[in-house]
Amino acid sequence: MNASSDPRPALLEVRGLSKSFGTLRALQEVDFTLRAGEIHALLGENGAGKSTLIKAVTGVFPRDAGMVRLGGAEVAPRSAKAAVDAGIATVYQEVNLLLNLSVAQNLYLGRQPTRFGLVREAEMRRCAAALLAEFDLHIDVAEPLGNYSVAVQHITAIARAVDQSARVLILDEPTASLDRHEVEILFAVMRKLAQRGIGVIFVTHFLDQVYEICDRITVLRNGRLIGERTTAELPRIELIRMMLGRELAETTSERTAAHARPVGEICARFEDYGKGGYVAPFNLALRRGEVVGLAGLLGSGRTETARLVFGAERADSGSATVEGKPVRLQSPRDAVAHGFGYCPEERKTEGIIADLTVRENIVLALQAKRGLAKPLSRSEQEGIAMRFIRLLDIRPPEPERPIGLLSGGNQQKVLLARWLATAPRLLVLDEPTRGIDVGAHAEIIRLIRDLCDDGLALLVISSELDEIVTYSDRVIVLRDRAHVDELEGDAIDVSNILAAIAVAGSAGAKAGQP
Amino acid sequence: MRRLPPVAITAMVFVVGFALCTVQFPNFASSRVAANLLTDNAFLGIVAVGMTFVIISGGIDLSVGSVIGFTTVFVALAIERLGLPPLVAFAAILLLCAAFGAAMGAVIHVFDMPPFIVTLAGMFLARGASFLMSTESTPISAPLYSTVSDFALRLPGGGRLTAIALIMLAVVAAGAVLLHFTRFGANVYALGGSRTTTALMGIPVGSMTVRIYMLSSVLAGLAGIVFSFYTAAGYSLSAVGVELDSIAAVVIGGTLLTGGQGSVVGTLLGVLIQGLIQTYINFDGTLSSWWTKIVTGILLFAFIALQQAMLGIARRAGPRKAGVLKP
Repeated sequence: MNASSDPRPALLEVRGLSKSFGTLRALQEVDFTLRAGEIHALLGENGAGKSTLIKAVTGVFPRDAGMVRLGGAEVAPRSAKAAVDAGIATVYQEVNLLLNLSVAQNLYLGRQPTRFGLVREAEMRRCAAALLAEFDLHIDVAEPLGNYSVAVQHITAIARAVDQSARVLILDEPTASLDRHEVEILFAVMRKLAQRGIGVIFVTHFLDQVYEICDRITVLRNGRLIGERTTAELPRIELIRMMLGRELAETTSERTAAHARPVGEICARFEDYGKGGYVAPFNLALRRGEVVGLAGLLGSGRTETARLVFGAERADSGSATVEGKPVRLQSPRDAVAHGFGYCPEERKTEGIIADLTVRENIVLALQAKRGLAKPLSRSEQEGIAMRFIRLLDIRPPEPERPIGLLSGGNQQKVLLARWLATAPRLLVLDEPTRGIDVGAHAEIIRLIRDLCDDGLALLVISSELDEIVTYSDRVIVLRDRAHVDELEGDAIDVSNILAAIAVAGSAGAKAGQP
Repeated sequence: MRRLPPVAITAMVFVVGFALCTVQFPNFASSRVAANLLTDNAFLGIVAVGMTFVIISGGIDLSVGSVIGFTTVFVALAIERLGLPPLVAFAAILLLCAAFGAAMGAVIHVFDMPPFIVTLAGMFLARGASFLMSTESTPISAPLYSTVSDFALRLPGGGRLTAIALIMLAVVAAGAVLLHFTRFGANVYALGGSRTTTALMGIPVGSMTVRIYMLSSVLAGLAGIVFSFYTAAGYSLSAVGVELDSIAAVVIGGTLLTGGQGSVVGTLLGVLIQGLIQTYINFDGTLSSWWTKIVTGILLFAFIALQQAMLGIARRAGPRKAGVLKP
């Protein structure tokens, strides 16, 4: 299918769309074209503007500038409902249907067939069954929707949208919680819709799926259009470069000689550790004084790996050992008890407690580890707080200041201090430099290095490949929720990481052997 | 259907309870007892039907007891002091109740306020207004009242199915049809499932909310009229706490207090179970009538625990029924 000759008419045209939130320019003059009967991937990393684009097109947000044409006529829906009425339907990852109603009611809510004011239940069920049969879905439509799998719920949502005469169907990460078999079913439905001339916009993090089903790809980065390509003519490595925004030529990272560090013995080891539908089983050994970087695209399984290691999700396969002894990590409590620490990605919502002071934030994890029966005295708390304020150069050096008033970089240091106060053996840092200004950025990286010189094992997640290359002793590359490659020593550079991310299929399936 | 299990349990509790009463008092199983059960609980049954709609939609209506009290006083004064024909008085109070319920629904929707708070305010308002009209019990002596209380269908075995029992049964039947077989009813369940999703699916959430509280208040007004037939008087202190009795009946009837599931038939059974306990106490003659409240409390606990357990099981068994998929 050579789409560059463009036999199909444009169905949805977005021209010069801009949207700002305060000073943040979320979308800048973005163009996007969807043709009838095509499946079009909308790709980009965090903050690229994918969801802003969808929400601006479907009227969830008003747009600042630009226009949207559907089938040649300009449309400007003011709400999601108006967009559906105009023919643009969106199915989100979190299915917007009512799990307590029957499948049939969900399909026809608000437009049930009636006679003398009474719903013709039998007629409605017959129509519902016939509608779903078009998508090869044969289920009892009288059952509550909540009794069925997420895949069935997605197809029901799609069927409702299509039956309400949708011409454009936007699927926002529909496959994130589906297993392989369910993805196949969903893809069959998508292909069927495309054959009928419906335009499908597919937002996903799974590049294999993009190459499997999409005709065309549009890439956004930092709110700007990077390009629109035909899938068949876009090599993976090129796509990843478009998404991450770097050229191979510019990857001159300053990997210093600091890596001549002696590597200590293994302090934590995970074997065949994984969780079905979350992260494929992986092997991971962490040594004292070593920084292991986790690299991959958004949604590739980096954070998922960290959450498994920290016990925030329970593994359903494999085993973990700490200092040679088998352990069970059922909850973050267990992980803390074994000397693990975790600084999450969402600093504001999962990390700091904004109204508490710097001192209180620092002693939080230590107090939790000791248990409430052994409270830290006020002077002990102050001693610990001052020690870390000096050690990490937290500014302003005032332990009684609410942490919410500190800058992002200093908040991050307080989070580090919180875990360092518990004297951990392994610290997991998820995007430690996100939202931090350039100066503080370098300082955090210096801190990361100093920490492992002190014999701490670090597992660091970052989207900044340069950063990972700078401080990592080993880099584990993830793709589509699996550990696919591992780079060590001189092999660690940005182009090798990019190449490993881009490898199609399971060519690099040595899966992180230590 | 999924709404069967909780209702089935309620029905079993009722049947077992009735059987136990019969074992102890052989003349319990008579059409007379059954008919009295319906008559004595007619007003509670009517108001509980309205409460069923409100609770399934994810709300609560605490004002209904006060609305019943207000209605009895209003009707008594309108007939006895103003000399209005009873039917005119009934029409006026039902319209007033409809406006009252619509106002509560509108406040809940427009200001996005918790129904608990809004209807609590409505409860004080209605009770206060009935005291303002009269603090004394006003007997009603209109001829219609004696006609209605004399009317009854004779049942085999000496039971008398009274007019107010018939009104209650009619309300239950109409409520069941409205809830289970109309778009309106489907929307009530939808609202209880998720308000935002229902709005996204194009249902006018605002007008639904107004209409649901309107229905509840109108049924409370009708219950007030029935209560005035039952006592042949209007009194501002009547039906204190009935809102809680009706919530109890709805929950015992298998309706989920968090909304989204339930049935009118279950509510009727919930009302009858409460009536059954009261009747047992009357038969026994030595027990304090407050035992009704104690047993109702125990049943409530049991049913709420049961609902939580069933929800837990449903969550664990989870949405993993894949259906027959043939790609």
